[in-house]
Amino acid sequence: MAEILSLKEAIARYVKDGSTIAMEGFTHLIPHAAGHEIIRQSRRNLHAIRMTPDMVYDQLIGAGCVSKLTFSWGGNPGVGSLHRFRDAVENNWPHQIEIEEHSHAGMAARYVAGASGLPFGVLRGYVGTDLVEQTSSIKTISCPFTDEALTAVPAINPDVSIIHAQRADREGNVQIWGLLGVQRESVLAAKASIVTVEEIVDKLTPVSGGVVIPSWVVSAVCLVSNGAHPSYASGYSERDNSFYKSWDDIAKDRESFVEWVKNHILGTTDFDSFSRSVGISALV
Amino acid sequence: MILSADQSAFRLWCKPMDIASTSANQISTDDLMIVNAARVLGTLAAAGKAACFVGIGLPSTAANLARHLYSPEPVLIYESGCIGSKPTRLPLSIGDGELADTSDSVVSVPEIFSYWLQAGRIDVGFLGGAQLDKFGNINSTVIGSYEKPKTRLPGAGGAPEIAATAGQVIVIMRQTKRAFVDRCDFRTSFGFGDGPGHRERLGLRGGGPKIVITDLGVLEPDPETCELVQTQMHLGVTAEQCVENTGWKLRIAENVITTEAVTDREVNALRELQSAT
Repeated sequence: MAEILSLKEAIARYVKDGSTIAMEGFTHLIPHAAGHEIIRQSRRNLHAIRMTPDMVYDQLIGAGCVSKLTFSWGGNPGVGSLHRFRDAVENNWPHQIEIEEHSHAGMAARYVAGASGLPFGVLRGYVGTDLVEQTSSIKTISCPFTDEALTAVPAINPDVSIIHAQRADREGNVQIWGLLGVQRESVLAAKASIVTVEEIVDKLTPVSGGVVIPSWVVSAVCLVSNGAHPSYASGYSERDNSFYKSWDDIAKDRESFVEWVKNHILGTTDFDSFSRSVGISALV
Repeated sequence: MILSADQSAFRLWCKPMDIASTSANQISTDDLMIVNAARVLGTLAAAGKAACFVGIGLPSTAANLARHLYSPEPVLIYESGCIGSKPTRLPLSIGDGELADTSDSVVSVPEIFSYWLQAGRIDVGFLGGAQLDKFGNINSTVIGSYEKPKTRLPGAGGAPEIAATAGQVIVIMRQTKRAFVDRCDFRTSFGFGDGPGHRERLGLRGGGPKIVITDLGVLEPDPETCELVQTQMHLGVTAEQCVENTGWKLRIAENVITTEAVTDREVNALRELQSAT
């Protein structure tokens, strides 16, 4: 059964130095508040996994929390580069990071394999691309039935997966709707999981297109209203596109980034205090 | 063999139209690329090839414009899991709420890549990148070496499997010497590889890059050599200009044609879409 914990306690308990973590969210429901708390607690040497490492992974990388990144697309959607990610790969700042690079289709197959208890996923993918030479976790296998050459990618089984969802009930059953990304798979693939939610309710009422992740496969549920910002939670908030645009300037240079992290993350106690410091209010 | 204009697919949509009374200087090169891409999509949708895998930026704008201009309209599919999106404004990201709220179906990311893309349900995929080579291979990974990149780009995303699997690929990129290169620094998405027969040898199921839409015109692969050839130029663009802005020894099709001017209907629909955003 999931425990209802403060985000601070959940991160302290489940995310350790050297942990393999996945914080999924495909544009929608990105667990920003949880990422900030990892920075606040100064976790180091994380192997960070995510299909689309965007702003929150840029922050984790720039803040020195990450030693390895496994990913398939690292950019600021609709805006441009992830400057901290680029600085780490191009210039080893703040230190060198190892990268393991895949395609979206491959990462999705890896999560599905992880959630399914299989050692690898199979797809028709990567054929003819230079990724095959660079990434040792892409292998060719032969179909035992047809002899067709297919691609195998290893399962992803993070130590902890962290997602944001719309709501949970008091037993810790989690309800999520809208763009589901790969969040459910990432939770089911992980050894432990933390879910931040917009609200905790007495009873979950069904929502069209929604899924429920049962309490007994979730480790901790944390109430963090607007905790995906500047990403969003369908039904609760809208994507703050202007914040994504402004990140470009903040992250572009090391000094302004360091200053921003110092003032708004390290200098705040939790997501509410962060929100006040950057001047955002929940759009509930 | 040089592709003659009569043989090329885009000939279909170069039918006489009402020429825009709008003066040409109001149409940006972005507008031209968007309108050209929308015309291709309109033609494909009319031929029953409507399912279009869309990325953000120019492709998304073009696909939405095509939806407003043509019937049957293309079906917009975004990798975030939205199938049949009908946004009223242009999204900044592939996961904007507007895309999910207006779609026929929302599916998970594993599902969009396996049941929809891999299974061969996508007719058209849109791609762009930092580099494109003469065989339509695309680089969106690194400039320079992989180990010590001069520029680290975002990476593959959904592109490799779109390039391999979609019925055909439309590339939208600005034509410059830096971007249109003899050989990509990194092959992120497979076009025609090293030339004729390479896709077939690898067993790729999709048709590959059939059309490259640029700010100068359109390139299409020579059916025999697979090499991209300039088959269309926008009004006022010269062959020399195209050659100068291409990093390989670009061939100009014998019957290279001039892009039909953007019509009032096209520009009005585009402006309406942009102003709603």
